[in-house]
Amino acid sequence: MSTASPPLTEADAARNGRAAEALIEMEGITKTFGQGAAAFQALKGVDLSIDRGDFVAVMGPSGSGKSTTMNILGCLDVPTTGRFRFRGVEVQDLARDQRSLLRRRYLGFVFQGFNLLARTSALENVELPLLYRGEKKKQRREAAERSLDLVGLLPWADHTPAELSGGQQQRVAIARALVTDPDVLLADEPTGNLDTERSLEIMELLTDLNKTGITILMVTHEEEMAQFAKTIVHFRDGLVERIDRGLKSHVHAPGGEHA
Amino acid sequence: MLGMIGATFLLALREIRRHLLRSFLTTLGIIIGVAAVITMVTLGRGLTADVQEEVSGLGSDVFIVFPTRTDPNTAPPPFDDADIRAVENQIAGVVNAAGSVSTNATAFHNGQDWSTSVEGADTEFFEAQSIEIAEGRGFNEEDEARGGSVCVIGPKVVEEIFVADEVIGENMRVGNVSCQVIGMIEERSNSVGNGDANDVVFMPLKTVQRRFIGNADNVQFFVVKYDPTYSTATIQQQLIDLLRERRVIQEGEDNNFNIVDTAEISDTVNNITGTMTAVVTMIAAISLLVGGIGIMNIMLVSVTERTREIGIRLAIGALAREVRLQFLTEAVVLCCFGGLLGILLALGLSILLAGAADLPFIFDPVVNGLSFVFSAIMGIVFGYYPAHRASKLDPIDALRHE
Repeated sequence: MSTASPPLTEADAARNGRAAEALIEMEGITKTFGQGAAAFQALKGVDLSIDRGDFVAVMGPSGSGKSTTMNILGCLDVPTTGRFRFRGVEVQDLARDQRSLLRRRYLGFVFQGFNLLARTSALENVELPLLYRGEKKKQRREAAERSLDLVGLLPWADHTPAELSGGQQQRVAIARALVTDPDVLLADEPTGNLDTERSLEIMELLTDLNKTGITILMVTHEEEMAQFAKTIVHFRDGLVERIDRGLKSHVHAPGGEHA
Repeated sequence: MLGMIGATFLLALREIRRHLLRSFLTTLGIIIGVAAVITMVTLGRGLTADVQEEVSGLGSDVFIVFPTRTDPNTAPPPFDDADIRAVENQIAGVVNAAGSVSTNATAFHNGQDWSTSVEGADTEFFEAQSIEIAEGRGFNEEDEARGGSVCVIGPKVVEEIFVADEVIGENMRVGNVSCQVIGMIEERSNSVGNGDANDVVFMPLKTVQRRFIGNADNVQFFVVKYDPTYSTATIQQQLIDLLRERRVIQEGEDNNFNIVDTAEISDTVNNITGTMTAVVTMIAAISLLVGGIGIMNIMLVSVTERTREIGIRLAIGALAREVRLQFLTEAVVLCCFGGLLGILLALGLSILLAGAADLPFIFDPVVNGLSFVFSAIMGIVFGYYPAHRASKLDPIDALRHE
């Protein structure tokens, strides 16, 4: 599969100090919820490979297994059977806390419902992941301010989520996901609660971030938003139905940002 | 990790401030429990100290011996000087023994009068009763031997009918007896049931016996000071044996005298306060248990309310133990606040009650410190299960929680 995707640049491969290898590899992933007669198989053998620097949109009707796949990709859940390799690590073999460590180091999350801490300032929300990484207060503050600046919300740093619009809240959430400088940004319906104008702004932001080298995985059911991605993965009935790669290549030449 | 604990602590404070009334009501059990224990212990200490002071007013390591009736119709024979000398000479471990008589009389000086108590005493009596001379001198052998007209007066008498700085060397009249003031005693604490110990005029024993009582030999009671390195029980038994023999009491007959051991009085009071403290501590323990269950309950509510928050924290990479630490810290901080409020409440109550009961207020840092530590431990004990539950939440389910 990976041979069909845009290859990594030489610079990228050199930086990783190893041969070009997919960032994420899923092989024969199944996921069953419940037991016995009530058992429900949400994933029936998913194979998926995602390269570093890609911008992937995951689409499919509800119940198609896209959310379950995202949870596994986000190391929040483990497959019932199959292998999921992230940065060469066999995630299905990791303990709960080890997956937490993986998340805090390499992953950033953006949710449909924003999921900011209520009654807590934007700045403190953005600082939160750094707190768990054990960074000092000064470093936390500086990094959080940088991150808020990146999403254009530095002037709103002291506002609580209740004082911010939906679009602004999602920007804070993106700033929080970015503050740890993650390899992968996982966005679960990031524009699901926003109007079209705000949605497009968020997508522009994600596109810009992707240009800086962050791999983005996004679940969406909106065709319009999926158009921003380089790769679209279509799910149906717990299986990958189709993968469209190399989209928007006229805008984002593969690896162009490293040229 | 240290930064983590600091941040967790601030977070806990913020959560408590957000639900101020709820936090207060939750900790009420702990507040009441802690306040009850500390108040009781503090008042107990005060009572003990008060009694010990009164007992020390009677003299330490001292027996007080006085005649008692065995038959309501006959007065018991009094003790006399010979009895006292016998006790002093025949019982090993007795340092000295001194008798006393007392009566009420009016003291006159400077045209003023004051109704007071006249007590016969000698140097040994002062010593046994731990009476100190503040100004002037005590009685000397000559005063005692000839029954001199000299007196040593208490501060209360000075206050009532003397002009300050014009006390020693002044003449005064007590009843029909003139005497010269040769000394003034140190202010002393009131002894049990004896009225104001500072409202007194001491004269040589013989003077009071002859001129007030009209009998040169008898004493109303005598004090026996003993060497504390000897066994108290042995001395007491020897004392009883000697006095029964001297008073010709047949075997089987009751003693027509009583021996009060000052050490025994403080022991008794200590036992009573100890028992009272134990009872209140039991009640407080129940209050604390109920309070602890309240903490656990409210922490479980808090975990449920904040399921989504926990989900967010877990998703962005919080470890189970970090979530557990957060909720444990909150429970501990809550309990510590309860403990602190309990200590403050106890402080107020103790001062108030000690004042009302005329007891000294004695702040006990150990009891207060232990109560605080105990509150914190309660936070750990009753906060652990809710915190554990929070840490075991599934991040996906927690994030979906509404």
